[in-house]
Amino acid sequence: MPGTAPAIALRGLRKSFGDHTVLDGVDLVVQPGTITALLGPNGAGKTTTVGVLSTLLRPDGGSAHVAGHDVVTEPQAVRAAIGVTGQASAVDDLLTGAENLRLMTALHHLGRREGRERVEQLLDQLGLTDAAHKPVSTWSGGMRRKLDLAMTLVGHPAVVFLDEPTTGLDPRSRRTLWDEVRALVAGGTTILLTTQYLEEADRLADRVAVLDGGRIVAEGTPAELKSAHDAGSLDDVFLRLTEPSTGSGASTDRGTGTTTPTTSKEVAS
Amino acid sequence: MTTATLTPTAGARPVADTLTMLRRNLLRAARYPGLTSFTVGIPIALLLLFVFVFGGAFGAGVAPGVAPGADGRAAYLDYITPAILLFAVVGAAQSVAITAAMDATSGIMARFKTMAISPASVLGGPVLGTVVQGLVAVLVVLALALALGFRPGAGPLDWLALAGFLTLVTFATSWLCVAMGLTAKSVETASNTPMMLTALPFLGSGFVPVETMPSAVRWFAEYQPFTPVIETTRALLAGTGPDASTTLLALGWSALIGVLGYVWARALYRRERR
Repeated sequence: MPGTAPAIALRGLRKSFGDHTVLDGVDLVVQPGTITALLGPNGAGKTTTVGVLSTLLRPDGGSAHVAGHDVVTEPQAVRAAIGVTGQASAVDDLLTGAENLRLMTALHHLGRREGRERVEQLLDQLGLTDAAHKPVSTWSGGMRRKLDLAMTLVGHPAVVFLDEPTTGLDPRSRRTLWDEVRALVAGGTTILLTTQYLEEADRLADRVAVLDGGRIVAEGTPAELKSAHDAGSLDDVFLRLTEPSTGSGASTDRGTGTTTPTTSKEVAS
Repeated sequence: MTTATLTPTAGARPVADTLTMLRRNLLRAARYPGLTSFTVGIPIALLLLFVFVFGGAFGAGVAPGVAPGADGRAAYLDYITPAILLFAVVGAAQSVAITAAMDATSGIMARFKTMAISPASVLGGPVLGTVVQGLVAVLVVLALALALGFRPGAGPLDWLALAGFLTLVTFATSWLCVAMGLTAKSVETASNTPMMLTALPFLGSGFVPVETMPSAVRWFAEYQPFTPVIETTRALLAGTGPDASTTLLALGWSALIGVLGYVWARALYRRERR
């Protein structure tokens, strides 16, 4: 039953590293059982946002709630509700795929039989059964990504963060992951994913939020964003909203106080 | 409020989680025996080198009245076995620095941090795994020393005390090495800082009596932590009953190293990694 409390709520979230402001007042609400894609140029703060939401980074200001819990005051309650697949490979290379998953079932305190069943179910679900007993170091990048996701899903998390889940994957592996993500949401999971691929956001996401200069500069359904910016694709929306000067991690973006970004028609061809 | 999570993770379970992490650590050691055999191989190589190459001459230096040659080798074997056992301990502790750096630089430590598990288990599991590996290494080195003719005078209580004492030393050194491994920027440099620990048995009473050293070196040798640790090990092996003040000093150093290592490692673990 959606529409009760939001799965994710960010209010005025700020985060700096030294004197480099990465998040400068991010507001975002994600309803349960939906997919939200976080878009933005490199260095816009997508990974930092996921870092704060997954309790890895402490916010400097504002608030962040996940599944109704404050990430600062109730980090363990947040952790019990989430699953995270980050950009760095979070699998144990020396172990086999099945052993990696069994490690996760043990850490979720599943019983021996229950754990084994969950491992087999996830291996089967992601098509990893054949390679299950080979060391992960011998696996392909796509298979490792799938294992990474499977490990994230072991505890049936209510909210899943996927930080660029399909970067570096071939089209077939990307489709498999998309199917997996859709199936999760159909089962009631809430997903926040960051991506560089606008096609991915367009196909998967119920809502899209564009992050630039440490703030959300646009938010809505893909269709809403396209019509609001008179654009044929999310690519065009993206190019119009994100200024090239703030694109490559320039740390001087504190001065750009304009909340409504200037739209330069010549950028979009 | 929102629906409660269905997973039975009502609070982390420190013991269960630490045992899970210990199991992972031992499984990794079994899958990647190179690191483990290296940590056992070094003390074995040192023992053979010092007994069969240097021992004949050095033995006459550490045991008054012993003739160089076979008698010297036997005397020197007796003299250095405690130090070699400490090498086995330090070698194992060094490997946990590499383990910690591997976990921190890959994404798996970040994954653990986002899970509702006992935070202490993430580093505590590898530390316990290292204690197990360190004690196995000690047994291997001790077996080799016995095969070469080492004849300890230790009684059952001495052995028990020795096992407890070396467990404590390994545990303490491992916490320090975990912290050192977490400071490393890459896996390749993770063992650099702990490497200096291997120099300490040499700069103490491990291989020659400190009385034979020039005063500055001797001063360092007498006050550094490994000297009381080696002397306590030596006395327990000999069954002569360790000197109380030396033992207290050894226990004090171990506790200090362990607590400092733990506090440092915990702070590094909690530190934000961008």
